[in-house]
Amino acid sequence: MTNSILTQRRQLMKLAALGGGVVYLSGLGACASAVVGDAASDFYFVQLSDSHWGFSGPPNPDAANTLKQAVAAVNALATPPDFIVFTGDLTHTTDDPVERRKRLAEFRDIVSALKVKTVRFMPGEHDAALDRGAAYQEFFGAMNYAFDHKGAHFIAIDNVSDPGANIGAAQLDWLKADLAKQAKDAAIVVLTHRPLFDLAPKWDWATRDGALAMDILMPYANVTVFYGHIHQAHHHMTGHIAHHSAKSLIFPLPAPGSQERRTPLAWNPASRDHGLGFRKVGGLAKTAPPALQELGPDGAPV
Amino acid sequence: MRRRTASGCQAASPPGPDRVGAANAGRRRALVLGLAALAMQITRVQAQDEPTVIQLVAKKFVFKPDRIEVKAGQRLQLELTTLDFAHGFSLPDLKLRTDFVPGRTVILALQFDKPGDYVFLCDNYCGDGHEDMFGRFLVSA
Repeated sequence: MTNSILTQRRQLMKLAALGGGVVYLSGLGACASAVVGDAASDFYFVQLSDSHWGFSGPPNPDAANTLKQAVAAVNALATPPDFIVFTGDLTHTTDDPVERRKRLAEFRDIVSALKVKTVRFMPGEHDAALDRGAAYQEFFGAMNYAFDHKGAHFIAIDNVSDPGANIGAAQLDWLKADLAKQAKDAAIVVLTHRPLFDLAPKWDWATRDGALAMDILMPYANVTVFYGHIHQAHHHMTGHIAHHSAKSLIFPLPAPGSQERRTPLAWNPASRDHGLGFRKVGGLAKTAPPALQELGPDGAPV
Repeated sequence: MRRRTASGCQAASPPGPDRVGAANAGRRRALVLGLAALAMQITRVQAQDEPTVIQLVAKKFVFKPDRIEVKAGQRLQLELTTLDFAHGFSLPDLKLRTDFVPGRTVILALQFDKPGDYVFLCDNYCGDGHEDMFGRFLVSA
């Protein structure tokens, strides 16, 4: 990779960090596709989030189709990703354990149509907080885990199955032990649902003991966090560690703290993407920041 | 010493046991009055220092009351109860939070130094509607 492209990436990352919802790479046309998901890249993955299967209401009159549309769009990507991650809130919450399992089963059936068969799941509080992940684990297994892929180390952290949004001492110990096996300059990707920093505590957009996780991550030079929960692309830096939230596949939410209530943004029939979508993430094995490309639920760049 | 007689004439009174008794009675009355005044002052100070008790009841997905008007500097005692779930009470601006469970009252002491609107919310995920479970302290000068 040339220095100019690296510099461009860094500038874009700065723009993203400053601009909140600014989408970067998507505006670069051919350059974007050259960076994320072409044969010259080491690999890329797709992040989908917050599909809230089972939700119905005016914020998304097409709720029964949006997830299916995204699955079809991922399947249609010119170069398939190496794998796919879902960063939580697969289903919309319900007090009824039977209905919860029904929604999880329906979600699993829909995403089974993905052609890429390596799909990593994580719970959101809608999936797991009311029964501490009991139903979720029946369908998708462990709620925290780690894996390696082509030189990058991925760590999924569960910050939702505790209703109080605690990661908890046991999982923090596990995180510390897992990271102890990594070089200080390893490419480390953290996947989680809630933000690990205090994005908007008045909207409960935080992880109660997230600062402890950040303390554990901080000695590592090349860490990037991908999360969901806030239904919009948002970019934040904690020191040298970048946090990137993903768009939702059900309805967008307002910018953090921008109004009294975190009510869904109104459905705009004229909008093509309705503020929804997913992203491609590439360049993770490099020392430069990862390259992100935001796509609508139909797979078109936005 | 002169004393006023029933006729209103003033006459010199020789010292005697009745005069000593009257003097002692006067001292006792002054002492009693002084103690009473002191007790009133103490009571008044205590009343000023007593916190205002606010009972806050939580149930899915509301706090009652959800608008609480107080004054800056006013000492408050918040008594939290919940009817249905282990809700959380979080007041981010004061970095104050607690859990509270059905059947037990949790008491929090708090005081706002400055006027303003202060949001409090449930920060234990409690279901569909959790996002709407919040209230405000409206703090005036």
